[in-house]
Amino acid sequence: MNLFSHFRGARLWAATALLPLVLTAADQDLGDINRPGGANLFAKPIPVYITGYSGEVDSVLKNDLFFMGMDSVPEAQANYILSGKFDGSQIEGSLMDKVNKNYLTRQAFRGGNARVQAHTLADTIAVALARGPGIARTKVAFKAKKGQVSEVFISDYDGFNLQQVTQDSTLTVAPCWAGREVLYYTSYKLGNPDIYYHKLTTGERHPIARYLGLNTSAAVSPDGQHVAMILSKSGNPELYVSDLGGGNLRRLTTTPQEESSPCWSPDSREICYTSRASGINRLYRISAEGGAPRQIATIGASNCTEPSWSPDGKLIAFTSQAGSFRVCVVEAKGGEAVVLVEGEDPSWAPNSRAIAFVKRQNGNRVLSLLDGYSKRTKDVARVWESTSQPSWSR
Amino acid sequence: MKKNISNFYRLVPVLLLIVLVSSGCSRRSVYGTAVPGRNTNVGDDGTGARPPRTIDNGPTIGPGTGGITPTPIPVVEGNVPNADDAGARDKWDNAIEDRSKFETQTVYFDYDKFNIKPTEVEKIRTVATHMKANAKHLVVVEGNCDERGTEEYNRALGERRAQAIREFLAREGVAPDRVRTISYGEDRPAENGHTEAAWSKNRRGVFVLMTPK
Repeated sequence: MNLFSHFRGARLWAATALLPLVLTAADQDLGDINRPGGANLFAKPIPVYITGYSGEVDSVLKNDLFFMGMDSVPEAQANYILSGKFDGSQIEGSLMDKVNKNYLTRQAFRGGNARVQAHTLADTIAVALARGPGIARTKVAFKAKKGQVSEVFISDYDGFNLQQVTQDSTLTVAPCWAGREVLYYTSYKLGNPDIYYHKLTTGERHPIARYLGLNTSAAVSPDGQHVAMILSKSGNPELYVSDLGGGNLRRLTTTPQEESSPCWSPDSREICYTSRASGINRLYRISAEGGAPRQIATIGASNCTEPSWSPDGKLIAFTSQAGSFRVCVVEAKGGEAVVLVEGEDPSWAPNSRAIAFVKRQNGNRVLSLLDGYSKRTKDVARVWESTSQPSWSR
Repeated sequence: MKKNISNFYRLVPVLLLIVLVSSGCSRRSVYGTAVPGRNTNVGDDGTGARPPRTIDNGPTIGPGTGGITPTPIPVVEGNVPNADDAGARDKWDNAIEDRSKFETQTVYFDYDKFNIKPTEVEKIRTVATHMKANAKHLVVVEGNCDERGTEEYNRALGERRAQAIREFLAREGVAPDRVRTISYGEDRPAENGHTEAAWSKNRRGVFVLMTPK
């Protein structure tokens, strides 16, 4: 059964979604992102002049390219020119080096719909300008809440093609992708927070951890072999790892305090997590095989939770809470923390540049996307009363 | 809500036009292009080529979303595998829930703390007394947090609060296997406000009496 066969009226949806991405009124300024040495942690955007497109295709292209480090600029300021057209059935695009007049790539795509074609062209341009892997056709899973109920949803990274995954009419929280077809999440469906495996293409699901007490915060290793999770079956909440079906469960931490929110290193050898072992929340990393945890220094940031390891392995994004919540990054080996934006619960895009995170607005939460270099954010249309806990697919 | 609906209907002619234009063009089979590049079909990534769509089952305007409630993906429930101690939950699953019995015994906590405050001790002793006098009764302790913490951290903190109450009950002579903990983190606030007045009511442990069927 195809995942998308249940999604009728796709074009109607795309048109009525009224541009889920809303550019925030003012760019946030939380001080200098630059390190003392002056280097931004992210690559400078490549100025591209985009011509020949209009309407939805034009806005999709520009938005995709922005989150992949390519800014749409007037011709005079551009280093590259992307020209082409969309004729209703196919998209064409040529990327030219403005100085040498060389074509880096020439592409035409048909099939799918206008958005998919524009996303596909954007990914091709990103790869041609060494800003890959493309993220334009990735998805984000998240929690949406309404009153006492929350469910897991997925959508394109830009908020389009929204689909409701669960219908448990209870609390279903903390989704995590495993590849592109499987989600793990926590559902209270059986009267307890249990961790579920859910294959989206078939709808098949089953619990993989339903011990007494807390079973939550599933994180699947990038190699798709293991699940890290938080269980309280043996006392206070501790970090465990199992195989994909929940078997071969191993306990990794033995502290008198609680652990929370694990994530994996891109090589699947280490797990980064939060522990209050020292009295306040700090980040630690531990071998997935077990052993001694090492604290990750986050100089300048306190009460650190919700780590997310960048796919290129260099940075760990996390939430620092001191009064308000801030999304920060630190080098994976530890060091000085850099504030990116007001918000929490970061999840990296595959390009290690864009980050999905959560803003609090008037008591509710909304997902937003951040460009690491510029710190500009775009909010994704809210679903129900509150959207949070993003997990960006690889 | 009214505004959303009228906006929606204002869009209908636009939508019909979009659908007509895109479906009309999608049957074009001639590939004529000024671009001498590759002609690549989109669709191998699972987001691609689709049969023509109809609009009869279009999205509806959802309350409070300003948007759309999409069609959920059907769920096929698999077998529940036997976890090591999954059977230990059966006695709770087969009991009748009474949320009012210990309504006034709700235990409150300080911000980001899970220690039992002296003001809360008598409440737990009241529950302990009942449990010792009714040997077949069970109790669920629900741990909750205010919203001033990150979500999964709060789920862990709520569990610790519930566990702290269970430990206190154990010291009062209630066997731990008669007490089950469940954490809702910050997801089940008693008060919806965003001030200390609400937060102080949300940092709590709730007792739910369970009597065998």
